[in-house]
Amino acid sequence: MGEAFPLASNKPVEVLEKVVIRFAGDSGDGMQLTGTQFSNESALAGNDIATLPDYPAEIRAPAGTLAGVSGFQLNFSSTSLLTPGERPDVLVVMNPAALKVNLPHLREGGTLIMDADAFTKGNLRKAGYAQHPSESGELDGYTVFDLAMTKMTARALADMDLPKKSVVRCKNFFALGLCSWMFSRPTEQTLAWIASKFAKSPQLVEANTRVFKAGWNYGETTDAFANCYTVEKAKIEPGLYSSITGNKALAWGLATGAAKAGRQLFLGSYPITPATEILQDLAAMKEFGVITVQAEDEIAGVGSALGASFAGAIGVTTSSGPGVALKAETIGLAVMVELPLVVVNVQRGGPSTGLPTKTEQADLLQALYGRNGESPVAIIAPRTPADCFDAAIEAVRVATKYMTPVILLSDGYLANGAQPWKLPKFSELPDIEAKPWKQQVAFQPYLRDEDTLARPWVSPGTPNLTHRVGGIEKDYNSGDISYDPLNHERMVHVRASKIEGISADFAPCEIEGLQSAEVLVVGWGSTYGAISEAVRALNSQGYSFAHVHPRWLNPLPRDLGEILRRFDKVIVPEMNMGQLVRVVRDQYLVDAIPLTKIQGQPFGVSELCDRLRGIVEENK
Amino acid sequence: MSIAASSALSRKDFVSDQDVRWCPGCGDYAILAQVQKVMAELGIARENAVFVSGIGCSSRFPYYMNTYGFHSIHGRAPALASGIKVARPELSVWIITGDGDALSIGGNHFVHILRRNLDVNILLFNNEIYGLTKGQYSPTSKRGHKTKTSPMGSLDSPFSPAALALGAGATFIARTVDVETQHLQSMLHRAAAHKGTSFVEILQNCVVFNDGAFADVSDRGTKAERQLLLEQGKPMLFGRDSEWGIRLRADATPEVVAVKDVKPSEIAVHDETNPFMAHLMSHMEGSQFPVPMGVLRAVEGEGYPVYEEGVHRQIHEARESKGPGDFDALYRSGDTWQVE
Ligand code: SF4
Repeated sequence: MGEAFPLASNKPVEVLEKVVIRFAGDSGDGMQLTGTQFSNESALAGNDIATLPDYPAEIRAPAGTLAGVSGFQLNFSSTSLLTPGERPDVLVVMNPAALKVNLPHLREGGTLIMDADAFTKGNLRKAGYAQHPSESGELDGYTVFDLAMTKMTARALADMDLPKKSVVRCKNFFALGLCSWMFSRPTEQTLAWIASKFAKSPQLVEANTRVFKAGWNYGETTDAFANCYTVEKAKIEPGLYSSITGNKALAWGLATGAAKAGRQLFLGSYPITPATEILQDLAAMKEFGVITVQAEDEIAGVGSALGASFAGAIGVTTSSGPGVALKAETIGLAVMVELPLVVVNVQRGGPSTGLPTKTEQADLLQALYGRNGESPVAIIAPRTPADCFDAAIEAVRVATKYMTPVILLSDGYLANGAQPWKLPKFSELPDIEAKPWKQQVAFQPYLRDEDTLARPWVSPGTPNLTHRVGGIEKDYNSGDISYDPLNHERMVHVRASKIEGISADFAPCEIEGLQSAEVLVVGWGSTYGAISEAVRALNSQGYSFAHVHPRWLNPLPRDLGEILRRFDKVIVPEMNMGQLVRVVRDQYLVDAIPLTKIQGQPFGVSELCDRLRGIVEENK
Repeated sequence: MSIAASSALSRKDFVSDQDVRWCPGCGDYAILAQVQKVMAELGIARENAVFVSGIGCSSRFPYYMNTYGFHSIHGRAPALASGIKVARPELSVWIITGDGDALSIGGNHFVHILRRNLDVNILLFNNEIYGLTKGQYSPTSKRGHKTKTSPMGSLDSPFSPAALALGAGATFIARTVDVETQHLQSMLHRAAAHKGTSFVEILQNCVVFNDGAFADVSDRGTKAERQLLLEQGKPMLFGRDSEWGIRLRADATPEVVAVKDVKPSEIAVHDETNPFMAHLMSHMEGSQFPVPMGVLRAVEGEGYPVYEEGVHRQIHEARESKGPGDFDALYRSGDTWQVE
């Protein structure tokens, strides 16, 4: 690999403010890898980035079919960014099926780069094309680069004696090299990454490096491209950054939270899309003292976590909607025995198996009400992938301080989406304190702290404080079993008051947009980026919107009611049929208007702008 | 760790301040008394013992033990107990369950805890009936058993708890009966001493809804003929004067023979470590055979790893090879870039 690479381009460079690019191909074409690596290059270039992978539900859908199309979208910008963008400016497709699925998203006049060699008769037929799309006029209006990527890949490797299959599998590096050239991305890190990723096979290191360079050189030396582009550095708060997905941020946040509480993290979990990576990441953190148990089912996952909490660990379980449904009874038990427990629900499309790899926010009411009896739990929803880190720590803090289950509602969009994350310093993160039992009065297992109403967390092994907990109602004072009617009512109220009291810890709600606006947009969770960008855009067009995005959904912030009443109209966009909007209407008697989308896809910014505008016009 | 010197413990130390609420005459009383006695004999400090249960009559048990206790939800005690034991291997963990709790609603957790071989003790009170809900057939009720939900007789075939446990890879399987206090005590001692999951099936009389289900095994008049008391390395003999024995036929099936008719060497000898013997014993059912009582299987050590030890060994090994976890290094482990 001798000489320095890259050579900076000698072609004219046009500066763009931001670019949305989507890589799409067959699941076997390595599009996730290509997209991730291109994102890393863009982050290194100093851009703000946001990414969204989009992959098929079937692990091995037949090659070349629409079901097997895997995509990865990246938004990179010289201004601050909150979403992976809507319609790509650039679409790279490795086969006809990828074109068929993604062409409708490409913005008018956008750039299309395709592997001409993959558009064989067979592949066209599998994708449902009667004729080559370039002949049907479908591609008119786009800037099309129909390149023989497979052949050029083969040519670059001609003297290497690689099996044909391996040659074809290198072609994504041609696309990566070409795009790296096209957008003036730094390439040293990619070359180093190829060398380490394929370290086991020097032949593959050589092959992928060659093909990557061939792609880069193709852009630079042929006449196909008149110029290249660049996106300049974004103004970002100084610091050391890394790109992080929501699931990874959650895993690290949970481990960090437990460490800050001075307790062992115990994760009892069962693999389920799209939450599995959290279990995998934590399983690989044994040197941190993290315990992971891959349980026999969802119920055992949460059951073992609750047992571990009783034993003094931070018990956590991670899942998605169907799994959380199975855990409901044990979460109810945790409410009753008042032990810390963090339940992570990485929401996906439902009901039932629904859309396992797609995103949705339809489990809010499940989290709030999906148990028998009066069974309140705290609910927190992170708003960005990086925020999953802070939300996880916050969940651990509240669970231990208030001796309660906390449900953390992430979703598929946050889980797989990546975002730059300013690395924290572990030592600067605040400690989490569980109040120790102070022997001033006689011990009772359900004796409550006056401020928090939390009971003491006394674990087995502690002499003289042996006690029993269980799912049967207990006496307010002694904690013994009690079937007394008034005592039960008192206990129901005190459990509810304890959860209500958590809001004492919340900072006042932050209102973005115009404080004196007529319309308030209320969102939660992963819609934060799209709503923020939409409100910003609308206000710049002369509209008047404000945006509030509560992080805790139970309890809701104390100042939310007053804020809601300050605005003429309240609109609640959600990726469900309208769940927070019901809660808002119920708790505050505010005539909030739902704005829903239930397509397994996040809101797009312009889509949201149109619909917010529409509601305002309609209700004039 | 204990505040009381272990020798100073007595049964009373393990009696909690709660009123025991089983029906008068219920077999559970006898079991509770023996467990309290054995805990004292074992010298386990009260604070280091945890009793975990699910739902059912037997699952009230933890309330009556002056130890730490968790009365959980139906069928889930093994899941809760797994979390406790994995998080805190030094604790003495006892799971109290019944035939419905362990084998019906909690069947999945039951087989998986045995498969993992956590070092906990499972006491299954088998009364072949649902007692708490007032008399419906259970997964161990005999076929044809008439109950409130099977007025014309149960159509279900019963589980043999021991055979199920064996199939799940249990490393310790014992069977005893509520009224045989000495035998019950010795089984509890054996269970406590075993390294790995100890499964003890205790035949327990539900006086109200299934009285006399094990009468032939427990009654003074018949028990000698109906119990086959297994002892390691001893020939399998039973009867008032040990006049009957178990012989294995050439096709490996057992038969009852009169001792006087056969050579002593023909009588089968019990071996707790022999899986084929455990298979025979756990499947020896029906009126033509006595009920095997005692330790059907006990294996430990090499080849029978204990789950939580593996969990903590891996943590130890990871720390040895990678050093203790450094969060700042973890945060930096991806591709990073500096923004000035
Ligand atoms: S119903 Fe049966 S098992 Fe339950 S307490 Fe009464 S006698 Fe015992």
